[in-house]
Amino acid sequence: MSDTNYDPVIVGFLCQWCSYTGADLAGTSRMEYPANLRSVRVMCSGRVDPTFVIEALAGGADGVLIAGCHPGDCHYSEGNYRAMRRFPLLKSLLDQFGIENERVRLEWISASEGERFAEVVTEMTAELKELGPLNLKGKLTSTGKAPAA
Amino acid sequence: MKMAKPKVAFYWCASCGGCEEAVVDLNEDILGVVEAVDISLWPVALDYKKMHVEQWQPGEVTVVFINGAVRTDEQLEWVRLLREKCPLVVAFGSCAHLGGIPGLSNSTTRQETIDRKYHQSPTVDNPQAIVPHEKHIQNGYELELPAFHEAVKKLDDVIEVDYYLPGCPPTPELIAGAVTAILEGKLPEKGSVLAPDKSLCDQCPRKDSKPEKIEISEFRRLATSSADPEECFLAGGFVCMGPSTRTGCGELCIRGNMPCRGCFGPTSQTRDMGAKFLGAIGSLLAASEQEQCDRIASTLADPMGTFYRFSLPASILKQRMS
Repeated sequence: MSDTNYDPVIVGFLCQWCSYTGADLAGTSRMEYPANLRSVRVMCSGRVDPTFVIEALAGGADGVLIAGCHPGDCHYSEGNYRAMRRFPLLKSLLDQFGIENERVRLEWISASEGERFAEVVTEMTAELKELGPLNLKGKLTSTGKAPAA
Repeated sequence: MKMAKPKVAFYWCASCGGCEEAVVDLNEDILGVVEAVDISLWPVALDYKKMHVEQWQPGEVTVVFINGAVRTDEQLEWVRLLREKCPLVVAFGSCAHLGGIPGLSNSTTRQETIDRKYHQSPTVDNPQAIVPHEKHIQNGYELELPAFHEAVKKLDDVIEVDYYLPGCPPTPELIAGAVTAILEGKLPEKGSVLAPDKSLCDQCPRKDSKPEKIEISEFRRLATSSADPEECFLAGGFVCMGPSTRTGCGELCIRGNMPCRGCFGPTSQTRDMGAKFLGAIGSLLAASEQEQCDRIASTLADPMGTFYRFSLPASILKQRMS
């Protein structure tokens, strides 16, 4: 990428029962992982309205992570299945908008998987560095000007 | 002395003419409208020149109903002029309200649109690869075309809009209601959509057939499958935008055995119609493993064009990124 100062911003929607606790474990275990994730605690991965993901990307995020309990382990029985079912349609939609699928990720991270959490954030940060900035915020404010013919 | 009749205007931008048709569809009621108001501008039916509009005194024409989306300099110039002259601007129909069908052009970039239209489409025969230019010299005369913008915009992206009449096209009942409200000075809060703020499902004639739990194991299309004339479309696997669409249309499509396509736009509770609908329909897939979910989702050919059929320019992302 030409932009050498680029440091990806990831917005992470973490379910409070599993993944947020997993993130906490990564922290209390003093695991090291890149500081590129801004976490948003949600009650359930099923609560993550696709609008949130789009809003995060439009607001300047380079990638979005949705993380919840493993299938079968949802605190609300099937909220994470809802997240799973929506995800392929969300990816197709973003693809049609010209946003690479690698920018959104759905992961199951339990409360005991601090290591997995650190691994996911590390991987995703590396992938986003490779992809380069999304910069939707800049693009969305500059559209509509008539270019010279 | 008889009071002067209030003057109204109609104007069109990127539209199909269906909204003009909707005004004619008032049938005999249009006589009542003509009785009550003078029509000062209506490109589809009356001769006019831009200079006539430029000569209007501000406020002389009470209200302008503008249909169509905005993509060219000409449209932009006209709507700005009309905004300057008229105290009341009503975005008339889906295109002015949300971008509408012309807004689907935002599913490609400007360049892709031009390439398709002038070079790639199978019905195009353009061996010299001629494309329109804003300026062209012909026999010593300089000819001009209005600039074609990067993206299709809804009306309130370019001028302030006072009210919205939704629909493709708005129904005669809603139009008559809006005209009456204006004439009687009984308009709601500025910025309102002049239709009920409830979802179509709420009024759907088939709502009793909606099962407790809907499960979709394959998306079906009317082009290749036939729909039960009484069953909830979603239960049958057809994409019906009812849950995320504002009602007030009289559920005409449903009564014609056609799933809702979302022309009335969302209710006031929704920020992004397509994303909201994706959240709703996505969770109905009959699957509990990722591969199954992927397979069912792949049977829906065009999520963007389906979920934002009438509202792409009103979405958060607005257009395919170049």
